[in-house]
Amino acid sequence: MRLSYPSNIKVIQVPCSGRVDIIHLLKAIEDGADGVYIAGCLEGECHFLTGNLKARKRVNYVKKVLEELGIEPERVEMFNLSAGEGPRFVEIAKEMAERIQELGPSPVNVQKKAA
Amino acid sequence: MIIADRKPLAELLEMIQDCDRILILGCKGCVTVCNVGGAKEVGILASALKIARKKEGRTLEVDERTLERQCDPEYIEQVKNEVGDYDAVISMACGVGPQFLSTAYPEQRFYPAVNTTSFGGAVQHGVWEERCAGCGQCVIHYFGGMCPIARCSKSLLNGPCGGSAGGKCEISKDVDCIWDMIVRKKTEQGRLEDLLDVKPPKSWDTARDGGPRRSVREELVQ
Amino acid sequence: MSDLKSGSNLEKVLKAGHFAFTGECGPPKGANVEHLKEKVAHLKGMVDAVNVTDNQTAVVRMSSWAASTIMLQEGVEPNFQMVCRDRNRLAMMSDILGVSAMGIRNMLCLSGDHQRFGNHPQSKNVYDIDSMQLIALAKKMRDEGRFLNDEEIDVPPRLFIGAAANPFAEPHEFRPYRLAKKVEAGADFIQTQCIYNMDRFRAFMKRVVDMGIHEKCSILAGVTPMKSVGMAKYMGKMVPGMDVPDELIQRLQGAGKGKVAEEGIRFALEQIEEFREMEGVAGVHLMAIEWEHRVPEIAERAGMLPRPRV
Repeated sequence: MRLSYPSNIKVIQVPCSGRVDIIHLLKAIEDGADGVYIAGCLEGECHFLTGNLKARKRVNYVKKVLEELGIEPERVEMFNLSAGEGPRFVEIAKEMAERIQELGPSPVNVQKKAA
Repeated sequence: MIIADRKPLAELLEMIQDCDRILILGCKGCVTVCNVGGAKEVGILASALKIARKKEGRTLEVDERTLERQCDPEYIEQVKNEVGDYDAVISMACGVGPQFLSTAYPEQRFYPAVNTTSFGGAVQHGVWEERCAGCGQCVIHYFGGMCPIARCSKSLLNGPCGGSAGGKCEISKDVDCIWDMIVRKKTEQGRLEDLLDVKPPKSWDTARDGGPRRSVREELVQ
Repeated sequence: MSDLKSGSNLEKVLKAGHFAFTGECGPPKGANVEHLKEKVAHLKGMVDAVNVTDNQTAVVRMSSWAASTIMLQEGVEPNFQMVCRDRNRLAMMSDILGVSAMGIRNMLCLSGDHQRFGNHPQSKNVYDIDSMQLIALAKKMRDEGRFLNDEEIDVPPRLFIGAAANPFAEPHEFRPYRLAKKVEAGADFIQTQCIYNMDRFRAFMKRVVDMGIHEKCSILAGVTPMKSVGMAKYMGKMVPGMDVPDELIQRLQGAGKGKVAEEGIRFALEQIEEFREMEGVAGVHLMAIEWEHRVPEIAERAGMLPRPRV
């Protein structure tokens, strides 16, 4: 099954979504990503028990930071799916890409170009 | 330990409005334990401030460092060679840190990144509560090991007041009525008589009311 | 006369064995003396003394001692209230001397509502001493003629010392003990929180009588007539330590449009009737909040008039 997802998404593989910390998400935004999301396992099915739950809380924290800075919190998201769900992975990727398209470039990048 | 909460980013951005290069100084003491001002939080704050600046089309150079403690001159001294290289320094320690820094380096500006709130501990992961008011004359043993000065909204020594309902304080459903807990514990222990005498007025001269406190251990003073 | 502690009308009424009847009046949110005098006029001759609240619910009002003084000038005996929230021990002692100098003879000692509820939630609270310690302080000043630091007072204050009790606050089992502590500290009389749950109050009083507390002080049962169903619901839900049973709310609802206030008064009258016969209850404290003009009618219908002259 070879499924294609939007080419403007850069996938970074980690052993567990619980490995993704607040600083990783922030750094992505800081370095110019227009959006960043975590695709973790289904809730209740984490191999390390609570990795994906922790990831969700960190995503929520970053959403709040962005809100404080006047940046759309929707640029950061948490999704849950099982490893066997290839089509769902593509669906999420498309959904996120569309969302970011609608939001437009991150304010961080807009200002960089203007300057 | 000392508990603190991070200041809103808007307030911090306002402080460093005219700065292009700053140092964020964390502390490995209490604020690391209550996850507000350790190395990790220093990194998060640095990134958040940089994002904010990029959004404005400006750049901000941020260096990060975390000291063993910011309440001892020997650790404060560790930044003496670099502290002058910045437009300002943000301290993520409790209120003590920026004061020690300001005293040691009078030419530099130091800004507090956190609001120091209380002396307390973690009641569950991610939740901290006040336990001590630092009154200078501990009396918890009279009250089943619970401090009504820190934990009763009215610091009553002869409580509970008439606002205690459902084990909660009248000021908020999120605040336990400590007097409810004291009475229940003493009742369960069969020691209710401990609460039946009228506790006389407390002397506040050892508390902040008596002026700034100072502790001296003669055997250590050089 | 020498066996009287203060010589206040309330003290004399109670000492003579009459069933006491006290009222309540909140000072104005301003320096409006006329409005205060108007409210006081409704109470004249209707009650034995009138409580003057002290920044009640932590909302700033004319000081309780000043309003008490005006009341005194109008020929109504005040029961000066003092809360621990707004004064340290220096201010308390100086105000105790001040009110006594002005001829005020009753004083009610309270912790005070937390300022979180009031109109200046940013304020620093004092709570230098608590209500229990305030009672003991007033007693020490009166009976020993000494300040808290044991220094002598040249002319000690003369005050009939009161305190509050809330039988409905928790933990319920501890409430009689707390009352006993207040009496031990020096309270001459007690006024209770507004009573709506009669079952709980009966149980509380039984315990109080079993402990013999009623023999050492005069207990006045708190009554506040419900003006509306909304008020009943608000008090039950929003006021901590207030117990409004559902049956009472249903009874008020059942009264029908325009008749709720009358039903509220009827319930209050039934309560007063029961309190007259209840062992350990020495009187009623009627807190007709912003309803001073209805007090004469309530007093009349409750059979409280005329008030004894002692």
